[in-house]
Amino acid sequence: MNFQFSEEQELLRSQARKFLEKECSSQVVREVLESDQPFDRDLWSAVAELGWTGVAIPEEFGGLGVGYLELCVIAEELGRALAPVPFSSSIYLAAEALLLGGSSTQKQRWLPKIASGETTGAFAIAEGAGAPAWNRMNTKAETCGDGQFRINGVKTPVLDGLKADIAIVVALENQVPGLYLVDLNQENVTRTLEPSIDESRPHARITFSDALGERLGKPGVATIRQLLDRAAILVAFEQLGGADACLQMAVSYAKERFAFGRAIGSFQAIKHKLADMYAELELARSNCFFGAWALSTDDPELSEAAAVARLSISRAYTNCAKESIQVHGGIGFTWELDAHLYYRRSKLLNVALGSPARWQEYLIQSLEQKEEVAGNHARVA
Amino acid sequence: MNFDDSAEEASFRAAAGSWLSANKFDYRTSRTSENFFDAVRKWQLLKHEGGWGCLHWPKEYGGQDAAPIQTLIFAQEEQAAGMAMLSVANTITIGMAAATIMHCGNSQQKQRHLPRIARGEEVWCQLFSEPAAGSDLAGIKTRAVRDGDDWVINGQKVWTSYAQYSDYGILVARSDPSAAKHKGLTFFLVDMKSPGLEVRPIKQASGGSDFNEVYFDNVRIPDSNRVGEEGDGWRVSLTTLMNERAAVANIFPTDFEQVWNLARETPLNEGMAIEDSAVRSLLADWHVWSRGLKNFGMRLQSDMSQGKVPGPEASICKLMLGAQRQTYLSEALDLMDFGGPALSNSGDAGWHFAYLRVIANRIEGGSDEILRNIIGERVLGLPSEPRVDKNTPFNAIPTAL
Repeated sequence: MNFQFSEEQELLRSQARKFLEKECSSQVVREVLESDQPFDRDLWSAVAELGWTGVAIPEEFGGLGVGYLELCVIAEELGRALAPVPFSSSIYLAAEALLLGGSSTQKQRWLPKIASGETTGAFAIAEGAGAPAWNRMNTKAETCGDGQFRINGVKTPVLDGLKADIAIVVALENQVPGLYLVDLNQENVTRTLEPSIDESRPHARITFSDALGERLGKPGVATIRQLLDRAAILVAFEQLGGADACLQMAVSYAKERFAFGRAIGSFQAIKHKLADMYAELELARSNCFFGAWALSTDDPELSEAAAVARLSISRAYTNCAKESIQVHGGIGFTWELDAHLYYRRSKLLNVALGSPARWQEYLIQSLEQKEEVAGNHARVA
Repeated sequence: MNFDDSAEEASFRAAAGSWLSANKFDYRTSRTSENFFDAVRKWQLLKHEGGWGCLHWPKEYGGQDAAPIQTLIFAQEEQAAGMAMLSVANTITIGMAAATIMHCGNSQQKQRHLPRIARGEEVWCQLFSEPAAGSDLAGIKTRAVRDGDDWVINGQKVWTSYAQYSDYGILVARSDPSAAKHKGLTFFLVDMKSPGLEVRPIKQASGGSDFNEVYFDNVRIPDSNRVGEEGDGWRVSLTTLMNERAAVANIFPTDFEQVWNLARETPLNEGMAIEDSAVRSLLADWHVWSRGLKNFGMRLQSDMSQGKVPGPEASICKLMLGAQRQTYLSEALDLMDFGGPALSNSGDAGWHFAYLRVIANRIEGGSDEILRNIIGERVLGLPSEPRVDKNTPFNAIPTAL
């Protein structure tokens, strides 16, 4: 047993952090936030150049095949830097969907291009606000032979969808939801910018009108859930990095800022708030570690671990982002200070893969299944 | 990162499991009576004789020179075997008193006490808090005055868990009232049967009496029982407190299995509570919290297994446990609706007891407020509050308006 990242993984972390401190300052994030660029292309090229996009993609499909623990380390640093690149959509979702459900032809066709950064992806699941049952989804897939499907419907918001080359679309075929890979560079796809809470990661509204696509794997909720579980753990590490950055920002400010003749961090009202943020974050970090391990070993508890990691870090990040602003006072509510970038990102990541209520239900379902397998009540803990 | 056992760890776990199932005994009948501590001593001796006691201690003091990870594995198996409560009751003896003696005691003191502790022959208590010195521990007033080869102790301690069952206590007392607060303290080992020492149990809000008042009336302690130098008592006490934080890190229950079963078995509307979406949401939060504490504890243990000393971040465990556990236990009782008040319903008495006992989780072993100061100052590096008493002679510090 060993519950830490290895020395090599920690070395990767410090290299990634140094690189991002230099190449992804908050100025870089703001340029995407304040312009109509879909993402920072220079940063994306550099990230691909470093091999991060291919770190968990097997060598036979053009990746480095290093592993998921390394991908988690990179995710944490990208989250800390608020990197304005379509990494999560392309890697945790598009590449993972292909790895989970793709045929060897599909994998050979797309994974090398994703690994090299040439192709970017998006995950198109939402159809506006709400959490309807799967069979109420309006996007439909209809077979047209030769393994091709016609996709019809409107997906919004789609993170990174504006310029992505491919989308993994959740659509219904005969009332059964499945994953469909759609090349977005076709005439039957139209996209418009969808204003969103965090425009350093722009969203799109995508309309599919008889767009052609291919199914990934078997239809059914199970594949979608597996994809969400895997992505949730990787996104949890981005959240972890972001939450840690908020805490560090607030702690530094509390040491520098003086009021009533002393550093505000010496007042228990501030000190205790920061201690609570740290304590909650460390429990969440521990849950993320367990998730990383479950992902890297494809453990039977992966689904439970994903929900636990996502729920705890979503809460911790939301809390760190808002309380960090509170510690800063008035300056915290200015455009100039970076605190609101984290506040925006924390809410984006909190809902982008499904709300806490959704994941609470997933968690209880996982525990019920575990109990059923074990055949008694006492095995749930 | 690997949450699975290595082959070596798996075989150690299997050996521990089979020893435990062959040697465990039913101690529950003795739980509320004085002879609970007989069971604590008996279990310690059994573990020692079986080669499972004080695993991480050096062999010369009755340990096994085992790797810290083996201590963790044995503790997990002990928990699974339902025997953990006996070891938890011995936490003050082993995790705090013995840890302090091991770290700061001289070789005579180690030889005298550690092997006896390993065999369950000595139970210890911690004589730190006083009526006017709880969170502000360095403000203790109990006096230690040198008299020839002895020290003479006068004063009062309070909140002393298990003093009534203890053979010895670790004591911090003021040897120099004219020195600054933290500098005039000295640390001792005291025989609880000493003449002039009186233990008075305190009836707790939960009804039981785990802790006590302890009065010292000219109690004599030989100088050979002094730990560390005269005036060095604060440093030695901090060793105890650091070990306390690590020792209590994972001993409190999170009750998740119990609430899961409660939700399964409690009727609500047309079905059972577990089918209700609000209850499912509560269960999910409860589980996430429970796993967070468990996984954080594993990270601490993992650090220790690589030779790191438990640091102030271990304070997180108890801080994150108490208040949240109190909230959840309250919600568990709410689930029982009209039937909630009854203690006679099968299985419910445990919930009521827990709801009363949890009050203390936020106070004992460092209050939540002190733990937040520790995390803020020693982990996050925030400046301390201005201290009006820091460099003042102790006997010149104001104590009232």
